[in-house]
Amino acid sequence: MLTLGNYLLVSGLLFAIGLAGVMLRRNLLVIFMGLELMLNAANLSLVAFARHGVTTLGLPDYNAQVLVFFIITVAAAEVAVGLAIIVALYRLRQTTHVEDLNGMKF
Amino acid sequence: MIETARMLTIVFWLLSALMLSSAVCVVAFRNPVNSAMSLVLSFLALAALYVTLDAYFIGIIQVLVYAGAVMVLFLFIIMLLDLKAEARRRLNLATLAGGLVVLGGFVLLVARVVKSLPAAGQNFPPLARDGHSDVADVGLALFSGYNLPFQVIGVLLLVATVGVVVLSRRQLR
Repeated sequence: MLTLGNYLLVSGLLFAIGLAGVMLRRNLLVIFMGLELMLNAANLSLVAFARHGVTTLGLPDYNAQVLVFFIITVAAAEVAVGLAIIVALYRLRQTTHVEDLNGMKF
Repeated sequence: MIETARMLTIVFWLLSALMLSSAVCVVAFRNPVNSAMSLVLSFLALAALYVTLDAYFIGIIQVLVYAGAVMVLFLFIIMLLDLKAEARRRLNLATLAGGLVVLGGFVLLVARVVKSLPAAGQNFPPLARDGHSDVADVGLALFSGYNLPFQVIGVLLLVATVGVVVLSRRQLR
């Protein structure tokens, strides 16, 4: 049978994979994709908790689903701004490789 | 009834395997276009997982916003910048081992927390599904309880749009 624990474990694994992408990859765009994976892992656990916390009416906890809706909206805005920053950076430096971007290195 | 539950379990594990393996492909592929395509697959499997949790509205939003709009934006930028496949580089063994230790520790921590959670072992309670539409109920919660945040988020989207236009101008001053 499916339990809340199954979903939480899958969500944790997805978060770990996204974190691995952010730590291991050197391409800014792929790092950004890893960030998106981590956001989605958080969303999955929220939806699982919404399904777990059934109200007295027998409905899922829609407050959590509204929170997921807001997270998705903010993530879409974040992707647009982040990609615009990457494009501006590429125009300036002709690279998206993080090891070539060391202007703020001490 | 038991048959349905067993089938749902099989579907859950299949979808999870698909989502996690394509997420690994996102990290492993050298070419950013392949990574983006794997990411689309991962998001679609995640949307199907939302549907197994009876969150139909969130599943549809996931397909529309993530697998649709966000991924088109990603592919558009990848093609615009004309990114080549990343050169093969020597893996720094110490860094890799450190990363794997951190990740393994994280996964172990999550597993232990999930195991110690009393709610985690229970089955999901049954839903009353008579005459309730998921989209209508989410909409009701959104517009009655969260009307102000909903409008604030509209302003946020507007600000993000203006910000992106400013950032994309040729001469940044």
